[in-house]
Amino acid sequence: MKNDTVNQYSRPWIAITVIVIGIFAIVFGIALSISVGAANIQLSTVWEALVHYNPNRTEHAIIQDLRLPRSLADVLVGASFAVAGAIMQGMTRNPLADAGLLGLNAGATLMVAVCFAFLPGLSYNSLILFSFLGAAVAAGLVYGISSLARGGLTPVRLVLAGAAVSALLTALSEGIAIHFQLSQELAFWYAGGVAGVKWSQLKVMTPWLVVALVGSLLLSRSITLLSLGDEVATGLGQKTGLVKMLGMIIVLLLAGVSVSAVGPIGFIGLVVPHIARFFVGVDYRWIIPCSAVLGGGFMIMADIGARMINPPYETPIGVLFALIGVPFFLYVARKGRRELS
Amino acid sequence: MIVTENLDIAYDQMVIVKQLNIEIPSHKITALVGANGSGKSTILKTMARLLKPKSGHVLLDGKAIHQLRTKEVAKQLAILPQNPTAPEGMTVTDLVTYGRFPHQRGFGSLTKQDKEVIEWAIEATGMKEFAHRPVDQLSGGQRQRAWIAMALAQETPILFLDEPTTFLDMAHQLEVLNLLEELHEKERRTIVMVVHDLNHASRYAHHMIAIKKGTVVKAGTPMEVMQPHIIEEVFGIQCDIIRDPRTGLPLCLPYALSRSKKEQVHHIG
Repeated sequence: MKNDTVNQYSRPWIAITVIVIGIFAIVFGIALSISVGAANIQLSTVWEALVHYNPNRTEHAIIQDLRLPRSLADVLVGASFAVAGAIMQGMTRNPLADAGLLGLNAGATLMVAVCFAFLPGLSYNSLILFSFLGAAVAAGLVYGISSLARGGLTPVRLVLAGAAVSALLTALSEGIAIHFQLSQELAFWYAGGVAGVKWSQLKVMTPWLVVALVGSLLLSRSITLLSLGDEVATGLGQKTGLVKMLGMIIVLLLAGVSVSAVGPIGFIGLVVPHIARFFVGVDYRWIIPCSAVLGGGFMIMADIGARMINPPYETPIGVLFALIGVPFFLYVARKGRRELS
Repeated sequence: MIVTENLDIAYDQMVIVKQLNIEIPSHKITALVGANGSGKSTILKTMARLLKPKSGHVLLDGKAIHQLRTKEVAKQLAILPQNPTAPEGMTVTDLVTYGRFPHQRGFGSLTKQDKEVIEWAIEATGMKEFAHRPVDQLSGGQRQRAWIAMALAQETPILFLDEPTTFLDMAHQLEVLNLLEELHEKERRTIVMVVHDLNHASRYAHHMIAIKKGTVVKAGTPMEVMQPHIIEEVFGIQCDIIRDPRTGLPLCLPYALSRSKKEQVHHIG
């Protein structure tokens, strides 16, 4: 009995199981994702292309130049959006927090549009920086607006401010797109364009995302404490201001970099952390790695699905997520109605 | 011992507390009392370094608390804020475990001693049978005890509580107060609490500090503080003070609003 009580504290075994199964699913997903598409390729050919690459074979070229970077981007970006959502939900104690809902994605998108229009030929590295700044400005606007209201920040107010700021920023990006005739290029972003990811982009974005993901793991314990409330966390001896700042930088990096690569993909950051929490409980030391793995897995499966629904055309992946995400959002909002209002 | 020196506290531009000098005696239960908006919670939070004062100092054993490393302070002083809420699904044991945070390093694996303290805190608050229940599914009194257990797991000689009995019915109020009294008796902990009920303060506290508009009107034993003219000044009510037939301690029986207050009320009405 004695040990029972204390060991219940977290559910490491379930978490490890989720992570291991998730990683297998991701590996399988990558293989599957490489083989399906406009041109179907056998799994054995996939393996061959990876191990004995032959540039003269078209299939190998498709795999190496198009499908592999796309699949890796799926996993990275899915993990990033999910972890960004998990951190935001923990830090703000808001079950509805998500980079999409709180305007970060819209901010990053606007800056991408601005760069396309005014700074064509910008290096991808600089584009990431602008995207990060866009996310930061949007976050500042949303927090500013919602804390100005009497009664201060509440979860629902944050989401409302997020919706308003998102609408404004999205309208601005669309305006820029129409005026500068960039609709085609930008449409890729809006719809969630994983398809266009190239090796050169992947090389630039990966270090940022990996650093941010590792940072989120290091911060995970502090985020659990923050989820008890600022005053409790401070009382327990946590440097709350510092943790919040680091957490916010990580979130902006994850969301900003991801949006700059694949466009604003909403809802994955809202849904995945809730699923992770369902499995592993309230400890962010487990919620964050599980969200990463589940987010990566979801994204790659959704991308495969997007290519299989209506071949040879690709269904925009953002549409797929909205189909799952909207009902889920309503469910969470209803469930937590009392605490949220 | 905790002492404040010329403490000024302000939210933005609004000064809440001016030139406050109070002393919290060690190994005693101290009650901060005052009307709504008198600044008592603000004072408690500032003494616990949750808020930064505009000027002045809070000294914990002679050292300025806002300059000390916050984790070191957390080994000396635990604070339970008003009406805390745990994330949905967090069990009592989960919650109490976080009380060990100031004593842990790195990624936070539990030592044998940590586990023993967690066990003890759960037992001491009578929460053993609820140890695996989610905090959000407990009754108000049980929830409050779970949070107190977390503060106990912090193993601090000093314990601050901000209105630990609000939103509780009478039985649950007594339950919490008896627990605090027991902790004081068994462990000689210094306890400081903000309480609304004057008679609770009188019965459970050894030292009372009556606060009005951020300044001390009177500090002393319940006998010294529970006097009609002081109560009138602090709360704006007229009352009789009688002796509790069981304990001999002063009890406050309010019967009317004081004249100035009455005029105010009429004026508003």
